[in-house]
Amino acid sequence: MRELVVLSGKGGTGKTSIVGSLAALAEKKVMADCDVDAADLHLLLNPAVRHKEEFWSGKSAVIDSEKCTQCGLCQKLCRFDAIDNFKVDAISCEGCGFCSHICPAEAITMEENMAGYLFISDTKYGPLVHARLGIAQENSGKLVAKVRQQSKKLAGEAGADYIICDGPPGIGCPVVSSLSGANMALLVVEPTLSGIHDMERVIGVCRHFNVPAAVCVNKFDINEENTREIEKYCQSQSVEVAARIPFDNVVTEAMVKGIPVVEYSGGAVSQEIKKLWEKVSRLLNSK
Amino acid sequence: MIITIASGKGGTGKTLISTSLALSLKDDYGVTLADCDVEEPNAGIFLKPQISGSESVDIMVPVVAEEKCTFCGKCAKVCAFNAIAVLGSHVLTFPQLCHGCGACSYLCPEKAITEEARHIGVVEWGDARGIKFIQGILTVGEAMAPPVISRVKEHESEQDIIIRDAPPGTSCPVVETVRGSDFCLLLTEPTPFGLNDLKLAVETVRELDIPFGVVINRTGAGDAGVENYCQEEKIHVLMTIPLDTEIARLYSRGVVLVEGMPEWKSRFIQLYNDIKEKVDA
Ligand code: SF4
Ligand code: SF4
Repeated sequence: MRELVVLSGKGGTGKTSIVGSLAALAEKKVMADCDVDAADLHLLLNPAVRHKEEFWSGKSAVIDSEKCTQCGLCQKLCRFDAIDNFKVDAISCEGCGFCSHICPAEAITMEENMAGYLFISDTKYGPLVHARLGIAQENSGKLVAKVRQQSKKLAGEAGADYIICDGPPGIGCPVVSSLSGANMALLVVEPTLSGIHDMERVIGVCRHFNVPAAVCVNKFDINEENTREIEKYCQSQSVEVAARIPFDNVVTEAMVKGIPVVEYSGGAVSQEIKKLWEKVSRLLNSK
Repeated sequence: MIITIASGKGGTGKTLISTSLALSLKDDYGVTLADCDVEEPNAGIFLKPQISGSESVDIMVPVVAEEKCTFCGKCAKVCAFNAIAVLGSHVLTFPQLCHGCGACSYLCPEKAITEEARHIGVVEWGDARGIKFIQGILTVGEAMAPPVISRVKEHESEQDIIIRDAPPGTSCPVVETVRGSDFCLLLTEPTPFGLNDLKLAVETVRELDIPFGVVINRTGAGDAGVENYCQEEKIHVLMTIPLDTEIARLYSRGVVLVEGMPEWKSRFIQLYNDIKEKVDA
């Protein structure tokens, strides 16, 4: 079983549209939406939820005002400035529990947070594991880890060959969590100066975690000079550029219809995504 | 006045808005632009600032003096993040997992734990054509963005109009950025993904109780979902920007919209006046 994580640096580069198409093209696979902050993949795959569970993670401090003697020690020691006027601001609270250990009146307890939901769904293309992080919740990295764990389990049970993950944006905690131990990362990059800058950082993260990477340039024709820059850079880093997808409104049209673009149109975009999957699956099996 | 530019997902044009707004206002006001997207900071690519200062962002992690340690296990018990463990007659620390809360060193009965700084990023500041520019950069391979963001915010000049470029999403880095803002501009696209992500962003700013309005980018393609939603929810759409190859080309070259197309400047000043009116009301 081989696991592919699709990343994009900033997000909004067409990553999810491409993952939706790979879902339609790959055989024997499980899909995982690791963009738990702003999950969109379900909008293309039209899932029927077969299992839903609560995701409890992290804790917040709660002060019992009856017991509190207002000594102020917790306020002084909390490094996250989460306690003000003997009340805990749950959004600032890091959940470290320091205050609960030092309160002389034992007025502080730690309560678990319901941080979101995890879903297992059936789609036309196979099983999908997805999640929804509660608003303003922490621990997106842990929820990502849970999504991956579930999809591995499902893939094992179903004898699937591939797990295809729609990854989160950025390079921080959820990305770290979605990359560790994956077989390969595919970076979807737009040929803009900021896109190039983001790509360099994501390649750095992949290298840091020892995950081989390939690049797909999306909308390559909006700036061909930048596309060449990307290719040059990738060559210098021994990262393969697996596809160059042209700009075409069919991608948005397919999204509006709620279907993967390879099923909506047979045009240049779809042809290039098919080539992309051929290459990526070959790389995945060789790495 | 602090205005945060945010969106549920990336790539909607936050940096396009933040840099254009900043450059449009700088002749009449003092302006600070704070790039809080410390995982992928991009505003500097457009503004090309002269960096005049920087500082390291560190978190304090434990160091155990094993000669003082009795291996009682207290530190491991109080750590909520499994960042310190006692194995036989050794104490192992996992600095990558440590949140720097300070519980272990304070609570160690033998006073065997001190703290040392671990570098996780930098904050830089300088001048960009009369704008005060600040950016945070999370070190590649590090996971914790919020401490870097909170340090960026410490450098803002309070008397200025402060424009914060937020990271994408709805979780802790976004919350850290949005907190303390007077107004939030939510950026989106007129597509089903854009609508889904906008709804999440709206829930987040409502939860944080911050007044907000919407800017729709790349209108003309897609569908009417976002507009209908804003109408139903009585959310103000403060600006729309059409899908336009010239705008996309300027963006791809790292040119700020109001510099490449100066006719947009008056619209950004109007955007600010609309925001100000809402905040003052
Ligand atoms: S649990 Fe930690 S972050 Fe939360 S209030 Fe207590 S000391 Fe502060
Ligand atoms: S400082 Fe806090 S998070 Fe870090 S090891 Fe000590 S108890 Fe754990």
